[in-house]
Amino acid sequence: MALLEVKNLGISFGGLRAVNAFDISIEKEELYGLIGPNGAGKTTVFNLLTGVYKPDSGKVILDGNDITGKKTIDISKAGIARTFQNIRLFKQLSVLDNVKVGLHNKHHYSTAAGILRLPSYRKVEKEMDEQAMELLKVFHLDDAAHLTASNLPYGQQRRLEIARALATEPKLLLLDEPAAGMNPNETGELMDMIRFVRDNFHMTILLIEHDMKLVSGICEELTVLNFGEVLAQGKTSDVLNDPQVITAYLGE
Amino acid sequence: MLKKMNKTTKSNLITYGIVIAAFVIMQVLISTGSVSSLLEGLMVPLCIYVILAVSLNLVVGILGELSLGHAGFMCVGAFSSAFFSKCMRDVITVAPLRFFLALLIGIAVAAVFGIIIGIPVLRLKGDYLAIVTLAFGEIIKNLVNVLFIGKDSNGFHFSTKDVMGLNMEPDGTVLVSGPQGITGTPKDSTFLIGFILVLITLFIVMNLINSRDGRAIMSIRDNRIAAESVGINITKYKLMAFTISAALAGGAGVLYAHNLSTLTANTNNFGYNQSIMILVFVVLGGIGNIRGSIIAAVILTLLPELLRGLADYRMLIYAIVLIVMMLFNWAPKAIEWREKHLSFFRKKKEAVK
Repeated sequence: MALLEVKNLGISFGGLRAVNAFDISIEKEELYGLIGPNGAGKTTVFNLLTGVYKPDSGKVILDGNDITGKKTIDISKAGIARTFQNIRLFKQLSVLDNVKVGLHNKHHYSTAAGILRLPSYRKVEKEMDEQAMELLKVFHLDDAAHLTASNLPYGQQRRLEIARALATEPKLLLLDEPAAGMNPNETGELMDMIRFVRDNFHMTILLIEHDMKLVSGICEELTVLNFGEVLAQGKTSDVLNDPQVITAYLGE
Repeated sequence: MLKKMNKTTKSNLITYGIVIAAFVIMQVLISTGSVSSLLEGLMVPLCIYVILAVSLNLVVGILGELSLGHAGFMCVGAFSSAFFSKCMRDVITVAPLRFFLALLIGIAVAAVFGIIIGIPVLRLKGDYLAIVTLAFGEIIKNLVNVLFIGKDSNGFHFSTKDVMGLNMEPDGTVLVSGPQGITGTPKDSTFLIGFILVLITLFIVMNLINSRDGRAIMSIRDNRIAAESVGINITKYKLMAFTISAALAGGAGVLYAHNLSTLTANTNNFGYNQSIMILVFVVLGGIGNIRGSIIAAVILTLLPELLRGLADYRMLIYAIVLIVMMLFNWAPKAIEWREKHLSFFRKKKEAVK
């Protein structure tokens, strides 16, 4: 049984069929790529998977649970985390606090304990600090832990977003154009980091990307979207040599 | 990690320190008789405004939503507690106990109103939220103005028309009489009680901010969509911030009600003028800056009274001070200057160590 099983997913905005009959099946610990021209509906698929939009048709099954049409926070609890195409950090919070917000649903103490500084507050906060610092270390952000998030350089902001998503301990991680705006060096580092996350966190990753070097370098399988429809699907090398994909997206 | 903890703790301690020092200095001045009775009479209102400013900052600065109905919650707290105190005036003769119970009632009723108003209102955003909270504040004030409550041997009577509408037995007494409000509330508020309430407010707000719930509230302010995507319950935390803020404003209302012998609801004390005034404290003190709210509330409350001697120039100077404070807090050049001086200050401290 695949970790994520999507069948016949679709949504319309007014008269526009933004995504139609979208199927995907992602195995556990797979690195899966979603590519296609601008406006093909890639981010819409992410929004459908994370409950930002409610699908008109189709089913989304995560690890055996039907999460179709559920609310964003329930889907987050069910185990899907994401990053955004335009970075969405908690800008005025520190880097550490950004990750601690990600840990929110994994550590509990009551509001009263927080206000009265009861022992449970100290204990849980300490655990959260330790866990958050561990995550930051993985992303080489531990030195910047106390900086305000908006003061980080661009590349580090992207990494922080991934760290925050991982803090929710997801089963599936969605990355929306993680390499956007990065230079080739940074993209190279990012590829290593994505592989590292997959191997060390045993994470299943679905990513949208336009950088073909990254896509061909790390993705094991690909789905190509065009005008909201699946154009091609399968092993990366096969898909990238598909004549249809070459005409619609890659160019001769 | 420890450094950070120390930094926020240190900043909080400085805030407590400033408040306690100000209280001690004023107490000494009052006991030595070197303060005019006018200024002495301002001490309780000062505490009220500080509580209001700090609690509104929780919604405006920490949750990031503009609320213009803060005086409405103060009104609810004031009237519910004054009603209680008046009824219990002869039953509970121990003033501190009666005040404490009145305080709990005022806070609880304001919190309930916070929840009732918050549930529909917090679905809105930005300007719309501001306008609707403004409307609710006015509704509360106007409702209180048409409320008549009396008590006779048969129990309580309510009316929304006039005293005659209460249909009481001859032995009845009017407790709340519409626009005339509540008269004969025991004068239980003191500077000491006000000071303690300020400390409690600071304790609640500052500890909330630096907890798991506070982080969730601030994450909603910074990016609602991202907060939702990591599983933050937006409605719950918005309502939490709004309710706690309303409850604290209710506490300020209790203090207000027990500082006067006659409690009426008019535009100046519970209307939008007051709500805007509280917002001015928050904005001038720096949105999200608790210590700033305290300082702004104190300066802007004392200033008009201290300038009374200047008669006609009073409001002119007040306006100029508003502008100067705004510049000092928000102009990039002023911030730069401040940073320089603050860093110089810090270096000096480190050198001493």
